[in-house]
Amino acid sequence: MTNPSDPSGKARREFLRRLGGVAVACTGAAACSVAPQSGGPVAGPDPSPVKDYDWTKHHWAFGVDATKCIGCLRCVEACKTENDVPGDAHHFNTWIERYVYLEGETKARIDSHHDPVNIAASGSEKEFRFANRYQDAKVEKAFFVPKLCNQCTHPACVQVCPTGATYKSKDGVVLIDDKYCIGCQYCVQACPYGARYFNPTKGVTQKCYWCYHRITKGLRPACVEACPVGARIFGDRNDKQSPISLFIRNNRVQVLRPESGNEPNVFYVGIDKEVS
Amino acid sequence: MEPVGFWGHLVEIAPYTGYVYPNETAIPWTVLIVVYPYLTGLVAGAFTVSSLYHVFGMERFKPVGQFALLTALAFMLFVPLPLLLHLGHAERAFNTMLTPHWTSAMAMFGMFASFYLLLLMLEIWFMFRPYAVRKAQQTSGFIGRLWHLASLGSDDLSAKAMRYDEKWIFALAVVGIPSAHGLHGYVGFIFGSLKSREWWSSDLMPVVFLFSAIISGVALLIVLYVLSCRLRKIPVDLACLKGLAYVLWGFAMFTLALEGLEFANIMYKGREGIEMIVQYVTGPLLVPFFILQFSLGAVIPITLLTYMIWRGTTGKALIAGVTVSALLVLFQVWMMRWNVVIGGQEIAKTGKGLLTYQMVLFHKEGLLTAIAVAIAPLFVLLAMVRVLPPWSAGAHAHQRSVS
Repeated sequence: MTNPSDPSGKARREFLRRLGGVAVACTGAAACSVAPQSGGPVAGPDPSPVKDYDWTKHHWAFGVDATKCIGCLRCVEACKTENDVPGDAHHFNTWIERYVYLEGETKARIDSHHDPVNIAASGSEKEFRFANRYQDAKVEKAFFVPKLCNQCTHPACVQVCPTGATYKSKDGVVLIDDKYCIGCQYCVQACPYGARYFNPTKGVTQKCYWCYHRITKGLRPACVEACPVGARIFGDRNDKQSPISLFIRNNRVQVLRPESGNEPNVFYVGIDKEVS
Repeated sequence: MEPVGFWGHLVEIAPYTGYVYPNETAIPWTVLIVVYPYLTGLVAGAFTVSSLYHVFGMERFKPVGQFALLTALAFMLFVPLPLLLHLGHAERAFNTMLTPHWTSAMAMFGMFASFYLLLLMLEIWFMFRPYAVRKAQQTSGFIGRLWHLASLGSDDLSAKAMRYDEKWIFALAVVGIPSAHGLHGYVGFIFGSLKSREWWSSDLMPVVFLFSAIISGVALLIVLYVLSCRLRKIPVDLACLKGLAYVLWGFAMFTLALEGLEFANIMYKGREGIEMIVQYVTGPLLVPFFILQFSLGAVIPITLLTYMIWRGTTGKALIAGVTVSALLVLFQVWMMRWNVVIGGQEIAKTGKGLLTYQMVLFHKEGLLTAIAVAIAPLFVLLAMVRVLPPWSAGAHAHQRSVS
């Protein structure tokens, strides 16, 4: 799956055209190589990156009900398959964290399925499970927390991208033009949530984009489809009766790291103070 | 996952303790991103020395005034290389200049660097124009024509033309000061402006980068100047060397104070994740930070320089002492770059874990490449000083009076 191309490609071509004769002669070769190649934007002043889809009509948001998550990791596997995520324990669009408070301890023990103990339990870096490592301990409290890109309203990753290859779409999703990304990984550094990673095969940055190729066709993200307990909620906030609108309205929700100023758009229910 | 072939992209997985985000286990910025600010720092520092002579008219720096400029150019030529080697798509690097994304701290780098490179080349051209003209007149055949080409056909050596040149040299040197230092302070801003990493997110970061840059460049010039005197079999100009030692001494103390303040700020504020930082600096960072960077790289050379200045040391002892101090300062700044770039990535964003960067030897982003990129400018400089001797003879003799 290729990420949607940058709609501002039109502006780039216009910019290049205006460079004029001498500049074009000088930069012609470079310009040819940098003009976005994939899926040209549709006409209009504010074109959506996907044909027959008006990104000004939607305001996507995501909800996580951590009280429901059972840590089965079907969402992780579905995402890996759907989004061409490298099949190893170091690159994830979405992942699950496990928080366990043992009796007598004040801080949670945290792990995720990339942990070597959990990888050993699954027997492969391509299949994931949580090892039953606390079976002999006295557990006071435990829960799972699904993580994914927060598609922030003020995304630090977009701010630092030197080329504008990653950008905020009108419907709220942060996209990456993988034909324009130079692979500097500044965005990977800037994301406070660890949601971005560098794909070493493609030489570009990747991350969750709420299965943009699906949601723009009226489908739900793969992880939401795969979740057997309804811990992941997705929808359009412009629709007051959508699952996400109801989720936000009917619960006391919170976001991760609000102090970052990023204004995340993944809303959580049932997480603890140590989750960040 | 193992690292892929030499020209492939590095996927070196970092071992960790505590809890780190899964995507953090692949360290994004490698040793090459340590080399990059190191090189820009050397450029800024070398330019500082050249400015002391060309702008501030400190005659004692005459023996290194022009050599400093060539040094700055030789290192500046290699500044983009570690970045290009690091990029996932180096062939798209020009995108940052064609369609810069203005909110990015990185977007302006290409333009700043290009501007500064042009400025350096222009200043050096004015500086060596008389030399090129004379060589063109003295040499016949192809080489003579090359010298004529190098002078761009501008072969007027009259007093009026020379005064004109000197005005340009002065003006370019003046503009070069904010350019060179801005370029490097800006590199510090690339790190300091990120709010995602407590170790980097500091208002002082650009200033710390700038002052450490100045001392690294001055130290480099000391080492190269002493070495060049040995190679040329001429005595070291002690007044010049002592002047450089003063500059190094003053700026080194200032740098140490700034770095101490920055560290104190992080510790004293004790924001979220401070426990992990304390665990890091008292564990894996103990030797590289406190022993190598602060003690060996900063306190010892400052003490040594203080002693020599206090005792009025001169002669061979001064040369040896200042050179050793300069080498230690060069090492200090390397460690500072390492501790910032690699250190920042070894403290997990979760605030609950530590990673260990594992440097590979043979790889596009490995240690050998980093060493090659870091020392390559020295060979270019060697070639430069053979073509354009910067030891005053032939080039413009400095005229402070133009200012």
